[in-house]
Amino acid sequence: MLIDCKNVQKKYLSKTAVEDISIEIEKGKIYALLGPNGSGKTTWMKMVAGLSKPTSGYILFKGEPIGVKSKSKVAYMPTEPFYYNYMTVQDVGKYYQDFFADFDIQRYNSLIERMELNQKDKARNLSSGLAAKLKIAATLARKAELYMLDEPLNGIDIIAREKIITTILEGASEDASIIISSHLVDELEKVIDFAIFIKNGKVALQGEAERLREEKNASIVELYKSIYA
Amino acid sequence: MDFDNTVPIYLQVIRQIKSDLIQGNLQLGEKMLSTRELAIMYQINPNTASRIYKELELEGICFTKRGLGTYVTEDQNVLITIKEEMADTAITQFVESMKSIGFTKEDVVRLVEQHY
Repeated sequence: MLIDCKNVQKKYLSKTAVEDISIEIEKGKIYALLGPNGSGKTTWMKMVAGLSKPTSGYILFKGEPIGVKSKSKVAYMPTEPFYYNYMTVQDVGKYYQDFFADFDIQRYNSLIERMELNQKDKARNLSSGLAAKLKIAATLARKAELYMLDEPLNGIDIIAREKIITTILEGASEDASIIISSHLVDELEKVIDFAIFIKNGKVALQGEAERLREEKNASIVELYKSIYA
Repeated sequence: MDFDNTVPIYLQVIRQIKSDLIQGNLQLGEKMLSTRELAIMYQINPNTASRIYKELELEGICFTKRGLGTYVTEDQNVLITIKEEMADTAITQFVESMKSIGFTKEDVVRLVEQHY
């Protein structure tokens, strides 16, 4: 098992962002982390990425606590940009190469080309759609064991979504797992092995996508509507 | 390809591959896409793609050459079986829907004669 997360809770001074989440992430599968804004998806991902710590409960990466080692194996793409505005697309590649031993600059360059980005463009001048593509290219150019993409399809047009899903599918292998958070369930229906529905900081439902469809006699999209309506 | 969310995805792709075979878009003995290529082409989960090939193999439609990939069978009979299977599904649906709007067997036969 890649990630073993048990009874995790995250409290801030005045509110509880994650109430009680237990999730197991297996090797080689694609997961959707579903739920509306504010349900706790981002808070949970940040804890798995090692950017914040649970108030209670634990998260293990291959049996060990989250730390330097897990960070080198987990490629996390936050919703906010992670590069400086003065950087060009090319600089972002170099910056990432310096940071991560598993970064493949050739893969990055080919993704930049596919996403129709220009190496010389400054990050600050990119439209929101292009900025989103840049983040995805940088994250998926790592050879990680776990990719966590927070809202990768947000603000991206339909044509570009297809390119992004193709890139995600290319990154999927028996050795890598992928967690995609989204409220765009429709786009993920066919892509995922496993769906996790988060509601008010708790897991409302989770299971193999194909089994859920069979057992509940409903698509993931329909389940989403019934859980959050 | 447009998917229907009420039918398992692997079944929909299998149906598509079968109709590609009948229509000649896919030839007997031809090398098929790798599971990854299949996943990307239909924008589906890679594990679903391997399941599709497993099911097709069970039905004798394709086979794996070790280290080389997956190939369409060379057996003509398989095409005939698929055609019969598709015809059976189509005719069953048709007869059911005609019955449900109150047509007798005689009416249906007459209409088929007229339209064919």
